[in-house]
Amino acid sequence: MEDAPKSLTLFQPPSPAEAKRIAKQHAAFGPLGSKQHLYSSRFEGTDFPEPVEDEPPYYYLITTYISYLILIIFGHVRDFFGKRFRQDHYRHLQEQDGYAPLNNDFDNFYIRRLQLRINDCFRRPVTGVPGRFITLLDRTSDDFNLSFKMTGTTTETLNMSSYNYLGFAQADGECADAAEQSIKKYGISFCSPRADAGNSELHVEVERLVAEFVGKEAATIHSMGFVTNAAVFPALVGKGCLLISDQLNHSSIRFGARLSGAVIDMFKHNDMVDLERLLRERISQGQPRTHRPWRKILVAVEGLYSMEGTMCNLPGLVALKKRYKFALYVDEAHSIGACGPRGRGVCDYFGIDPNEIDILMGTFTKSFGANGGYICGSKAMVDKIRVTNAGTIFGESPTPAVLTQIATSLRIIAGEIAPGQGEERLQRLAFNSRYLRLGLKRLGFIVYGHDDSPIIPLLLYHPAKIPAFSHEMLKRKIAVVVVGYPATPLISSRARLCVSAAHTKDDLDRLLAACDQAGDVLQLKFSSGIAGGQEPMHDGLVNEDQEEIRSCLEMGGKPAVKAPRWRLHEILKRGVQDVKKPLY
Amino acid sequence: MTSTTTPFANTELPTTFLALLDTAITSFHRIPGSAIVTRYIRSSYQNDPIRSLVELFLVIFAVRYLLAPTYSTKKVKNVPLTEDEIDELVEDWTPEPLASEETEWERLENEKRPVLVGGPVGARVKLAGSGRMVVNLASYNHYNFASNPDLTQKAITTVKTYGVGPCSPPGFYGTQDVHMKSEADIAAHLGVAACIIYAQSFSTISSLIPAFSKRGDIIVADKAVNFPIRKGLQISRSTVRWYEHNDMEDLERVLLRVVKEGQGKPLTRRFIVTEGLFEMTGEMTDLVRLVELKQKYKFRMILDETWSYGVLGRTGRGLTEHQNVDPTQVDMIVGGLAGALAAGGGFCAGTHEIVEHQRLSAAAFTFSAALPALLATTASETVSLLQTQPSLIQTLRENIRAMRAQLDPRSEWVRCTSSPENPVMILVLKDQHVTDRNLSRQEQEAVMQDCVDEALAQGVLVTRLKSMPAALGVNARDAQKEWQPRPGLKVCVTTGLSKREVEAAGRVVRHAITNVMKGKKWQVQRGQ
Ligand SMILES: Cc1ncc(COP(=O)(O)O)c(C=O)c1O
Repeated sequence: MEDAPKSLTLFQPPSPAEAKRIAKQHAAFGPLGSKQHLYSSRFEGTDFPEPVEDEPPYYYLITTYISYLILIIFGHVRDFFGKRFRQDHYRHLQEQDGYAPLNNDFDNFYIRRLQLRINDCFRRPVTGVPGRFITLLDRTSDDFNLSFKMTGTTTETLNMSSYNYLGFAQADGECADAAEQSIKKYGISFCSPRADAGNSELHVEVERLVAEFVGKEAATIHSMGFVTNAAVFPALVGKGCLLISDQLNHSSIRFGARLSGAVIDMFKHNDMVDLERLLRERISQGQPRTHRPWRKILVAVEGLYSMEGTMCNLPGLVALKKRYKFALYVDEAHSIGACGPRGRGVCDYFGIDPNEIDILMGTFTKSFGANGGYICGSKAMVDKIRVTNAGTIFGESPTPAVLTQIATSLRIIAGEIAPGQGEERLQRLAFNSRYLRLGLKRLGFIVYGHDDSPIIPLLLYHPAKIPAFSHEMLKRKIAVVVVGYPATPLISSRARLCVSAAHTKDDLDRLLAACDQAGDVLQLKFSSGIAGGQEPMHDGLVNEDQEEIRSCLEMGGKPAVKAPRWRLHEILKRGVQDVKKPLY
Repeated sequence: MTSTTTPFANTELPTTFLALLDTAITSFHRIPGSAIVTRYIRSSYQNDPIRSLVELFLVIFAVRYLLAPTYSTKKVKNVPLTEDEIDELVEDWTPEPLASEETEWERLENEKRPVLVGGPVGARVKLAGSGRMVVNLASYNHYNFASNPDLTQKAITTVKTYGVGPCSPPGFYGTQDVHMKSEADIAAHLGVAACIIYAQSFSTISSLIPAFSKRGDIIVADKAVNFPIRKGLQISRSTVRWYEHNDMEDLERVLLRVVKEGQGKPLTRRFIVTEGLFEMTGEMTDLVRLVELKQKYKFRMILDETWSYGVLGRTGRGLTEHQNVDPTQVDMIVGGLAGALAAGGGFCAGTHEIVEHQRLSAAAFTFSAALPALLATTASETVSLLQTQPSLIQTLRENIRAMRAQLDPRSEWVRCTSSPENPVMILVLKDQHVTDRNLSRQEQEAVMQDCVDEALAQGVLVTRLKSMPAALGVNARDAQKEWQPRPGLKVCVTTGLSKREVEAAGRVVRHAITNVMKGKKWQVQRGQ
């Protein structure tokens, strides 16, 4: 634009090509509306409180159970008749020609009779960048979701589903440009495991950057986050060791734990009292049968739980660690980049020195818009892991474009490239997370998790409301993830909203409006007010009784609160200012 | 029943209980809809007490069904201890360090791991440290696709449309049109109904096996299968029976035994798991015989073609094409896209039923982010290249022959265990030299490392075949029982070199081995 002759008019509309380019850019990453829409959050204090979990009225839980019951009975009735009159539909569940069925009838029941009904809410195919908006490929089904046909059309929806916390899923800008250069220079793939010839200066560089970012001595990287966990546990613990895992840990941690051959124990999600009880029992009793002392004890937790929106109680864990001498492993898949004033994960958020934690693991699939995972620890430990974990020896090496995406996004966050941009991303994410959560609380929804979490589970309970909510949102061109049993406990089906720095406040307002309508249609506004979102006091200040409510709850009492049911325009009006206070 | 409004009025229960009951009833009445329930129960009870009873049972059954834990939780017996004793024990306990110290061998391994600098993998690469260009016989870049200008241009276009990562697992908006296209392309290439793409080749089979084979099921596996297969077997908790490496007679013996043992018991799922070209030995499976056996004894087959897909057959379809076997006879064909195809990820191809089942039950698929779009499009492109340009594969074969001629039987010291079509040549020391020198496993590894170093000094990069990491805490005796590949060298052939260059590189490797074996360190009279 610089070489264009100086024009006298103040405003010149961009050329159509330019307008298109900008529109595409903004579809991946929305422009910041106002400097007001920024925030930075960290935890101060020593006792990290568990979020207050609200519950819907009792009858609602009962009807939820009854709905499942009806679904199950219906399923069995249909199976009963189906197995007699439509045998070809059940052939794959029966012994055939001397082969046992591939699927257990019992295991398959859930998929066949419950999940199939809502299959259209899952695996919706998409195209293009999973940024602020995401483009869905439209599809229909003529056979009750058994198969889908593409209609050939697409729908651009507001993306509340991707783990694109910092908005680095972009097809242009610094990261994509760097990835392009990287492919030109280094090609597409290294075609080899890192232990053979798949190791390049890019890997060395990314490892250095990651270690520096996380605040550890050294790092080692893999081409898949899942395998990072699956391969590293066997390299750390084995026979004679105890692995204590949070009950809600990710499948990859369980996978790795089982491969390791260590004794596995679980404690209640985020419950430090339960963990301490377990530690005392296990340490004092020693190994089963032999009662020999444990060789090592490793406690594995996640930084931010992707289905709950809760953060681990790191101060509590560190205190226990000092006393019980176990090693601590924190999987920061969702928290790295997404938590803390500098985006450096839970340690940053809690102001705890990363060296207090033995192993910090994380993935690049979320905040950094790339793929793969890392392990950070002391240099000696990382060097040992490099030669003893199977992922490095046999797994394929991360590819050049992916490595450059990681390196560039890390540099942006740290402010080395495009100074100010990284900080803006972090602050937008922090603002957006709190803004949406507060809005949902005030509308009267029950949401789970900590207030600074960019993952906001919105509780639906009823199985029938899982697809209904998803459809209501899709009607309003919003893509959300809905989850039910078995990914969650039976009764707490939920929609999971993932906030991104790429969203603008207007996007979130649009989402709030949609939730407001859907919440009325589907009757989802159940909160009692104990978890926050209360009406303002007469003088317009936010209600600050939360401490009382909390202590009352802890005593087992029933605090007298008014259920919040704000009007949408009130929420939009007050949201920006109230977000910066505790979300009462 | 007589009509009493409060059914407990005349009974003689303790008053506290009555009060409790009263509050229960009033709070029950407060629940909206409770009146309907009460009315319903009362009327149905009066009409037909039996029916109410049946309904009650149903409700109880349902509640139990919903609340039943999936497995029984046994309680272990503990030694009773006081709190003070526990405190003392906690105080006394000192854990071992989380990672033990590096051994000298491990330290060298870290130090010697080559670092590529300045450009892509290709037939020649520049290494950090010396900054020298060396001939690269260490990558699976058999067709030199990794830096092919057409392919890189297409990859860039993809990045400029999709960004790099999909930021979601496939189930939650991570399935992009390019993934669906690659799946369709691969299925069409192989000639089977469907295909599913995992984000990493290494993770594919370890997740796939436990998705199908559960506790109580039976898996018959080749003794020499690769590491990810072993891990898949371990996670599945199935009963595993091993047969001698590539020995079809032994396989038949094992199958027969499994069938015999299973007689009179409920039928369980049975699988045969093996590889097309073995990662650890380079040998090829006799698929024709295997299919015969599997059909005769009614086993399903999981065939790991990670090292044969894209390499064997006229158009790279793998073992099925090479041995003219109908691919639909193999229940699951597992392959990799990260090697010869220069993309990333792995796949499993089979019937729709088999593929769809994995989308919900294979952990590494369901709980991991999808493959980056640019790798999916690259896979589509390279699969199509193999089909449209069979000359690529022919050139590779010629180079394989040229390389092999330099090494086996030409070398006095090593033999190649790989099948003649395998571009990954695994060279192991001949038995005679091992016995002459009385070499332990570790010493053979050291010989191989010396060969790698020597070849590199002469300007050719090859690697050692890596053994499988042992489980921690397992005692030496048990570790000995685990199957391990023979220490060996891995020489990977590529079309990036002309025939003459291949021969020259092969000569360097052969001479390097000779130099090492004739050198002071490994001579026969060593230490006498
Ligand atoms: C806690 C946790 N760990 C590991 C992973 C696996 O990461 P990736 O998607 O890179 O395989 C995930 C992803 O969903 C996760 O949530």
